[in-house]
Order: sequence, then structure tokens, then C-alpha cells
Amino acid sequence: MKGNFAIDVRGMTKRFGDHTVVNGIDLQVRGGEVYGFLGPNGSGKTTFIRMLCGLLDADGGEGTCLGFDIIRESDSIKRQVGYMTQRFSFYEDLSIAENLDFVARMYGVENRREAVRESIDRLGLAGRQKQLAGELSGGWKQRLALAACLIHNPRLLLLDEPTAGVDPKARRDFWEQIHELAGQGLTFLITTHYMDEAERCDRLAYLSYGNLLTSGTPAEVIAGAGLTNPSLEEVFIHLMGSSKDNFSQ
Amino acid sequence: MKKRPPLSFARFWAIVIKEFVQMRRDRLTFGMIIGIPVVQLMLFGYAINGDPKHLPTAVLLADNGQQGRSILSALKNSDYFRFVRELHTEAEADAALARGEVQFVVTIPENFSRNLLRGEKPTVLVEADATDPSATGNAIASLRTLLGSALQQDLKGPLSFLAGSDGPINLRVHARYNPEGISQYNIVPGLMGVVLTMTMVMITGLAITRERERGTMENLLSMPTRPLEVLLGKIIPYIFVGYIQVGLILAAARFLFHIPMTGSIPLLLLTSLVFIAANLAMGITFSTLAKNQLQAVQMTFFFFLPSLLLSGFMFPFRGMPEWAQAIGEILPLTHFLRVIRGILLKGNGFEEVLLQLWQIALFAVVVLAVGVKRYRKTLD
Ligand SMILES: Nc1ncnc2c1ncn2[C@@H]1O[C@H](COP(=O)(O)OP(=O)(O)OP(=O)(O)O)[C@@H](O)[C@H]1O
Ligand SMILES: [Mg+2]
Repeated sequence: MKGNFAIDVRGMTKRFGDHTVVNGIDLQVRGGEVYGFLGPNGSGKTTFIRMLCGLLDADGGEGTCLGFDIIRESDSIKRQVGYMTQRFSFYEDLSIAENLDFVARMYGVENRREAVRESIDRLGLAGRQKQLAGELSGGWKQRLALAACLIHNPRLLLLDEPTAGVDPKARRDFWEQIHELAGQGLTFLITTHYMDEAERCDRLAYLSYGNLLTSGTPAEVIAGAGLTNPSLEEVFIHLMGSSKDNFSQ
Repeated sequence: MKKRPPLSFARFWAIVIKEFVQMRRDRLTFGMIIGIPVVQLMLFGYAINGDPKHLPTAVLLADNGQQGRSILSALKNSDYFRFVRELHTEAEADAALARGEVQFVVTIPENFSRNLLRGEKPTVLVEADATDPSATGNAIASLRTLLGSALQQDLKGPLSFLAGSDGPINLRVHARYNPEGISQYNIVPGLMGVVLTMTMVMITGLAITRERERGTMENLLSMPTRPLEVLLGKIIPYIFVGYIQVGLILAAARFLFHIPMTGSIPLLLLTSLVFIAANLAMGITFSTLAKNQLQAVQMTFFFFLPSLLLSGFMFPFRGMPEWAQAIGEILPLTHFLRVIRGILLKGNGFEEVLLQLWQIALFAVVVLAVGVKRYRKTLD
């Protein structure tokens, strides 16, 4: 049972000073699932993901990621996880090819040169691989970052707003690619603020002020809200409003 | 848990390559690497003087008469000289000077007392380590008076005629290693150490904080790296930068300032490696301690100032109070100054160099260990 979950954590908590940013979140994500992670700005999505891959020490909680203990085995987790940061975090003073080459070396990718070339081809950047990453447009940076987190064949991808600033066509290509990879058994945890993207997820979780307010398939989430004019967008705006009432007291 | 080796060569190498490429693209830093030595060479063309006292002195006493011993005790009681030990052979004297153990060797020849009493004006030989002329100048000047008054006690009454108008003895001073007392001989080789300290610590001091501030640290930390790989990977490329500076200053020393190069240049290059590594390690450790680039720069200055002031570069080392010397002994620059002046001016060989070198190496290892320990594996 436990082995089926790519992510299986309970009571994840993170505090900065006396500000609790992630408040006892439980999350289970099955292998091969595309899991949407939603919530307003500052709700703790990025912080939660950082704890999963060992970038932040959790103040509470336990569990596994790909079967490895998130506290004690973060090195093993890092090897098999691809993490795409919200803010572009590759080297702007390295070229596209140099960035990919660096990542491939760091993960000890076999047939490195080939892997880098393939990755550039798939991106459609052949011929531009010598361009500095810092000179790319915002959307292209996102696409480069995604390509870089796939280069070591991870089993789990943690994507933090991967499509922010990406044009509609590229976004659709991106989601097609995600579902194709999920079909091959990769697991995705994706944060997004786009409703059409949320609808394309197998399951969703909605966070507010560090608390998990609701989770389930998009249909379950809509049904659970019991609104007269049900759409995900309406549900989330409704949740945002109600959670503000709860927390602003 | 399984124990993994502290370092994967592949990942270390990945970081080395990345740093090299970044360094090549960073024009400003590259300009600084060339600019700093040039500016310093121009600024420090002039000597800075001091008046150090209690300079360690050894005596080679070949005479067993009364007057020889008078001189010895006068030296012991003087301000400028501190008697460390008695020597017995010329070879011992050479070694003590070469190692920098003593600043002066005073030789009182055989039959000194007898010749003195016969009015033959015997010669007292003073050999001074004059690599740093400002350290020895005043002491030598005071020596003539000192010797004259030491003998006054003995040469009273009927012997007073020996005191004569130009003194009872001849004083011969050998300013070893820098016979003309040229300050540049001391300063220019020292500049190499100063420049390396300044730039090497600064460059790596920014290494980790820069990754944090640019946000690339988040990516780096999400990969399965180990602290030692990152730290060493960021140190190695800058060793080459260090050698560019070494080459620049050696060329200036040779062709602009005409500094004699008595010792072995390969030996000097080898020691430079250890010294460069020590400074890079210091910088990278600051980088792990600092919260941002500004703090890293402040720490660099905090390290650079004592290095400049207490290493014997600005002021003769032996002229400093004891507490200052104690701090100076910890700093790599202090030892490197002795090494480079020793090699260039004294022709020191490996044996003398080793006395200083291990202390630089120890500093590097300790500092790097602190860095590895303090390297934060999370973004907290
Ligand atoms: N290093 C930190 N120190 C202090 N507070 C922090 C730190 N990192 C995040 N926070 C706070 O934690 C809260 C959650 O931030 P987080 O980045 O996880 O939100 P998010 O859900 O990813 O938001 P967004 O949608 O804007 O990306 C915010 O209030 C933020 O100010
Ligand atoms: Mg975020």
C-alpha cells in the first residue's frame, strides 16, 4: 500500500519565527499521478515543496518521498526528483548547453553529451544552444528549466509554477508533455494559479494560510463546495473568501 | 545509513568547469585580478619605517678574555638587542640567519681581549639580516655607541689611552641579503603576498553568497551535492587566477624593481600554491558564514587589515608588541612573507621554507574544515 505512493507525508509543518507557514499538512500522491497544488500567494506551496526535497528542514511532520524518508534520506530523494523552482535558478551567465551539461554532470547522467543534445532538440533550441540563459525571454527560461529537470530521468517532478509567463500554445504543449510522461509512470506535483491547468490534474489540493482546505479530483472538489454555479474558479474564489474570514480575526 | 564518500569527483569537476566558465565571462572580476597588483605595486613603491627593538641576536664568542664578555653583557642589557643564544661555528651563524631565527649575529674573534689591550684595534663583526632594512637600521646605528661604552669600564686609568679618538675597536657590519638596504627589496616581494591575500579571499568570499543572492543556490542544493564538492570546486579555478598575479608581480619585481632572485623560482611557485589555497579556503569559509555579499566583503576586510598590519609587511614584525606578534603568527601572510623574502633575497632552500610552509598548510586545513562544517545544506 505504502509503496504505491510517490509522496506520503503527514503533519508537515514549517515556521519562520513565530509565523507558521505550513501547518500540519498531510499529502498523499500516487505514482503516475498529476497532482495539482493550488492556493493564493503566500499560502505555503513553495515552502511545502522545499521541505519535500530537503531544501528546508521541517519543524514537524514525517513521511516518505519515493519510499525514502524525507528527513533522513534527502540525498536519495534528490537523486530521483526533478525540482523546478518558481524563480529561475539556473546560471544566467552560462549558455543553454552549458547549463544542461552542468546539470547532467551533477547527476552523473550516462551518455551525457547525447542527453544534452536530445534535450536541446526536444526544446526546439537547436542552433541557439550557445545563447546565454540570461538572454532568454521569460517563457523560454521556463522551458529551459523544465528540460533541465528532466535530464536525469527523475521519477518524481516537483514543478513550482512551471507555466507562469508561458504563452498559451507552449502551455498546451507543456501539458501534453506532462500527461505523456505521466503515462510512462512519472509522478507530478505541480503548483499553478491557472484554472484550466487545475482541471487537467488528476487530483488537487487547495492550500490557504498553510492549511489544506480541500483535496480530491476536480469533480469532487467542485461537488464538495456545493455551489449553485459550479466551476473550479468559483470554488477557489469562494474558498479564498471564506478562509480570509477565518484567519483575519 | 550507508556511508558515502565525502566527494564525488564527477560532481566536483562539474562545479570546477562551471566556475571556470563563469569566471571567464565576469569581466569586472577579471579586471580586478589584473588591476589590484598594478595599483598596489605603484602605491607601495615607498618604504614604511619603524623602530623595532629587542631584535633577537646570537653571539659567536671565540674570545675568552674579560673584554669579550663585557661586550656580551652590554648586548644583553641593551634595548635594541635581545640575546638569544651563543653560537660556536660560522655555519651555525649562517643557518640561524637564513632561518630568520635571529636578526643579528655578533662575532667576537679569537684573542679579541689580548689584541684590544695591545692597542691593535680588533674587529667586531656584526652580520645583520637586512631583508627588511627598516628593521635593522636603528639597531646598527646604536651599536657603535653601545660597544664604546661597554669597554669604557674596562679601559680606565692606565688603559684609557686605548679608547683613543676613534674608539678602541673596529666595527664591521655586514648587511646580509640586502647589502644596500633597499626597501623595495623587502616591499615588492611582500606585495605578492598582500595582493594574493586581498584578491583571493575576496573572490571566493563572494562565491557562495552570490549563489544565494542570485537564487541559483536553490537549484544547486536540490541536486545531490556534498559540501566538500562545492567548496573545493569553487576553490580550484581561482588557483589559476592566483598564479596570474604571481606571474605579474614576479615580472614587475624582476624587470621594474630589479629585485635579486637568489633562490629557486620553482620552489617559490610551489609555496605560492599552498598560500593561494589557504587564502581561497579563508574566503570560501567566510562565504559560508556570511548572509549576503556585503557581509562577505566586510569579513574579507576584517581579515585583510590584520594581515596587512600584523604580518610584517607594514611594520617590521619584531617591532610589534608581543600580542600583535602572536596574532601575526596565525596569519598565512606572515609566514608567506618570510618564505618569499627568504627565497628571493636569502636564497632559502626547501628546508627553511618548510618551517613556514606547514603553518600555512595547517591554517588552510583548519579553515576549510570550518567551512565544510558551516556550509548550509538547506535554504533556512
Ligand atoms: N525564508 C523565509 N523566511 C521567512 N518567511 C518566509 C520565507 N520563505 C517564505 N516565507 C513566508 O512563508 C509564506 C509562504 O510562502 P511560500 O513562498 O511558500 O508561498 P507560495 O504559496 O509559494 O506563494 P506564491 O503563490 O506567491 O508562490 C509567505 O508568507 C512568505 O512570506
Ligand atoms: Mg511559491
